[in-house]
Formats: sequence, C-alpha cells, structure tokens
Amino acid sequence: MEKLKLIEQTQVGEVVDFKPGDTINIHYRVREGEKERIQQYEGVVISMRGSTANKTFTVRKISNNVGVERIFPMYSPFISKIEVKKRGKVRRAKLFYLRALRGKAARIKERGRFTR
Amino acid sequence: MSGILGIKVGMTSVFDEGGNHLPVTVIEAGPCVITQIFRKEKDGYDAVQLAMGEKKPKNVSKALQGHFEKANTTPKRYVKEFRGFVPEGLSTGDTLKVEDVIEAGSRVHVVGTSKGKGFMGVVKRHGFSGVGGRTHGQHNRERAPGSIGQASSPSKVFKGLRMGGRTGNERVTVKDLQVVKILPESNLILIKGAIPGPKGRLVEIHNP
Repeated sequence: MEKLKLIEQTQVGEVVDFKPGDTINIHYRVREGEKERIQQYEGVVISMRGSTANKTFTVRKISNNVGVERIFPMYSPFISKIEVKKRGKVRRAKLFYLRALRGKAARIKERGRFTR
Repeated sequence: MSGILGIKVGMTSVFDEGGNHLPVTVIEAGPCVITQIFRKEKDGYDAVQLAMGEKKPKNVSKALQGHFEKANTTPKRYVKEFRGFVPEGLSTGDTLKVEDVIEAGSRVHVVGTSKGKGFMGVVKRHGFSGVGGRTHGQHNRERAPGSIGQASSPSKVFKGLRMGGRTGNERVTVKDLQVVKILPESNLILIKGAIPGPKGRLVEIHNP
C-alpha cells in the first residue's frame, strides 16, 4: 500500500484551493492538429470526487440555454490555470439539485460577505 | 524470452508525457536471484530459474536449502523457471533487476493466478445469457442453463458440457501490455491496464 502512495504522490501538483459551490474559470489547453490554444470554461463546481491522481471535479454552466457539465481530472497537465471567481456558500458537498433549477433559483449565496 | 518475477501491488492512474490519463497496475518486480541455469546441451532445453522473496530457513526443506546454497543465496519464497531465457554474461547466484530485463515503453506478457470465485453458475463461469427476463410466465430460474441434452436419443448428457463449478484461481496470461514506467530505485514497474489476481500475489512478467 505504501508503494502505491509513492506513485500517486508523484502525480499530484499544485492547484488553487476551491470547493463545491465556487464559480471557477478553467484555462484548458486544447490541441487542434498541430496548434495548441487555450480554451476557457467558466461555471459552478457541483462535485468533487476521488483522491490524488484519480481526483476529478465537475463544472456546470448554462450555455445557450442548455445545461453543460464537464468533468476535469484535478491534476491534468492540460489545465494551465484555474481562477476562482466567486466563493459560494453551500450546505452540501454534491450540488446535483442545481440540475433541476434554472435562472434565479439556481443562484448560490456568496461566502465571506455579510449582508444584513 | 526473458522475464522477471513480481508481486502485484495494486492499481492507480498516472498522466503520461502527452497528458493522457492512464489506468496502471503497479508491480514490485524483483530483485530476483538466478538459482539455476538450464542449457540445451546438458538439460535438453534453455531456461533460467529465478527466485524471489525471503523465507525463514527453518521452513525450508534440507534439499531446497542445499539448492539455494549452491546459488550462494538465502532461502527464497518463490521459485519459477523461465523457458527460453538465455542469460548472457550472467551465472548462477547473480541478481536480476527490473531494468536489466524490461524496457519502459515496451510490450510485455503478464502471467498470474486469477482470483478464486468459488462455485459459480453458468452465467458467470461461461458467459451464458441466462433466461432473459422475469415476465412472460417465467418462474424463478433467471440464471438457469436451460436444456442440457435431448430425450431417449442420445439419452445421455455429452461429456464436456459447460456447467456450473469452481471458477477462477487458474493460470491466466494477459498478452501485449504496455510498460508505462519503470522505477529502478524502488523496483516498481507500471503496466497499463489490469492483470490477473489479487494484490500481493506472485506474477510473472515475460518479455516476448
């Protein structure tokens, strides 16, 4: 078991800290033939699972009125940058309930700001 | 055909240089000791006997102790012969490491003993499709094999008919697996995909 962890640790890189409920912008390297360019994908993190090299997270956004979800491996070399746009205040780890909600109902309260 | 012995450590996943996410099996391969070399002129065939893993001398028969003494080594837990392996420049008692035998990026065959499943029915054991459904008057025999023979002619069940029984715990070879990485300092080897058997069991890695 120790030996397995040895290998898994080599796969783990430095990543910005974020949680489910946060709105993030991912800079993802896309290879088109010979050329390589950066594609941005912005949305709400609705789930995180796994550990070390197997860790992934799901990002949901509404694009052209259609819900889109993308799963990224946390330590994928194709991710060049992750920006945290907003910290969300949520009460569960998996936000699958957002799938059934649209527009105003699908908003998430911001964390760290007091509005009284 | 060279090869080495190893112990299955478990599975995980790694990213390769191209950024692809690969499922890998980790094997602790070697170091192995050459305990005997068979020569075609003398023994009728070419082979190398490799040994790996420590064992207490009190648990080893005198005959085997003598065999290990000949190779100038301590008693080993696993001993296996690799047929067709002609070691060049090596003699009995020499140590064989992973990097001596296997190259990163090459393709290997892995031989292991599959997990024992116990007494299994025909659906699991032979891939029968079962009855197919629960409705249309079907009673409680969803995984039954169906008819196993005809009536008065031939009035017997043919030999070798596939039925339920002990499954697994048999020698299985998986061919053409890609070697993703070798870590010589910790004797570990990463192979893409799954290999037979549970964690902690002996496997043979063959270089085709």
